[in-house]
Amino acid sequence: MTRWAMVADLRRCVGCQTCTAACKQANATPPGVQWRRVIDLEVGEYPQVKRAFVPVGCMHCDDPPCMHVCPTTATRKRADGIVTIDYDLCIGCSYCAVACPYQARFKVDRQEFAFKAAMPNEDRSDKRIGVATKCTFCVDRIDAGTAQGLRPGVDPEATPACVNSCIAKALHFGDVEDPESNVSALLAENQFFRMHEELGTGPRFYYLWDKAP
Amino acid sequence: MMSRLQRSWDARAALNFMLGGAGSGLLVMAALTGTAESWPVALALALIAAGLGAVWLEIGRKLRAVHVFFNPFTSWMTRESLAAVVVFGFGIGSFFFTWALPLAALSGMAFLYCQARILRAAKGIPAWRAPEVVPLILFTGLAEGAGLGLFFGMEPMIFIVAVLARALAWHRYRVAVKSPAMEPPGKALAWIGTALPLALVLLVAPAAGFLALATGWWLKLALVTRASFNQGFSLPRLPVRGTR
Repeated sequence: MTRWAMVADLRRCVGCQTCTAACKQANATPPGVQWRRVIDLEVGEYPQVKRAFVPVGCMHCDDPPCMHVCPTTATRKRADGIVTIDYDLCIGCSYCAVACPYQARFKVDRQEFAFKAAMPNEDRSDKRIGVATKCTFCVDRIDAGTAQGLRPGVDPEATPACVNSCIAKALHFGDVEDPESNVSALLAENQFFRMHEELGTGPRFYYLWDKAP
Repeated sequence: MMSRLQRSWDARAALNFMLGGAGSGLLVMAALTGTAESWPVALALALIAAGLGAVWLEIGRKLRAVHVFFNPFTSWMTRESLAAVVVFGFGIGSFFFTWALPLAALSGMAFLYCQARILRAAKGIPAWRAPEVVPLILFTGLAEGAGLGLFFGMEPMIFIVAVLARALAWHRYRVAVKSPAMEPPGKALAWIGTALPLALVLLVAPAAGFLALATGWWLKLALVTRASFNQGFSLPRLPVRGTR
């Protein structure tokens, strides 16, 4: 069974926000909405200060709280682990947004474009207005790519835009159920953690922090 | 790190908890005191309807509101909506049949419980997901309903028990959840909403009821709009870079 996951190598991320920009371009999210963000964290006190850049977004959890609380069944989980939103079912109650521990969901009530008029990549329809939106793992690219026999995470045409754009090779995407996949190899070779694992959500976003002992 | 106040639910959502809680509490009190009047039930239904109307104003796609009924299997919001339908059914029925009033009160309790579980299920917000929020919301609603009941001449003893239970629930919540935003309304609830009404209830019952109601509403407004910080992000490990 395929289970898509994202791996972020925190040792490599330089906080350039190229993934943020690529996501914005690929998904044409409105101003103020960033499905892929990179948090700039400073830890400690001078002179013992450390800095880390942490890509965040929808974690496509195994047990997503957003799906359980959704009163409309608009939020669902596919067999391959991707958490989706049916914009035609969603009523925009924002319950999912307050239930998500990862601040991954957004709702805008007015159509806005960064350059006033819609650019060619921007959707002029109102289907994403007044409903919840979030990172989709670029599900359209994955589905179109796999239909052509491409491998997400390996072939760029089938890989999420943020991963393709990463200048430091910090972001990786692949099937964690496949022991031969790129992400499985990374997880085997390195030590990793997942965000807020204590909540039992089972996030499918792994953070590498050191090589395996 | 990066903990921030949620902005998705504002006072409109809070009104559902405030008005709906007081309305369902009043329904329970009406049944407990076996009131023969229709006015308390009418007011309770009006409050619940106003609360649901307020939250309807907040949703992004108002014409699709009926979709809220689609997920009774896991969503407490769907269950709350279904409970509301039953509340209105038995509540209106109680105008014609006395046997319907206890059933309206039971469904009112279910409605109130669903409201409490709505907050409890929000895993991203520590002030909501604490188990202690469930008795807090339940007893706050009941105390508000008992406060309203005093305006209709209902039994003061039920009011006394309800406000004491609410104060206890607040104390348990406060021990479990440290939230500076909850302190001012919490203090008001303890003194102006509990001690003062207990002193006043036998002298000026409506004033005691009003104080219990107002402090309960303030507490819930603060809980939904001021104390609702997302827990933010955390790094259990920092990246190891360079030579070791």
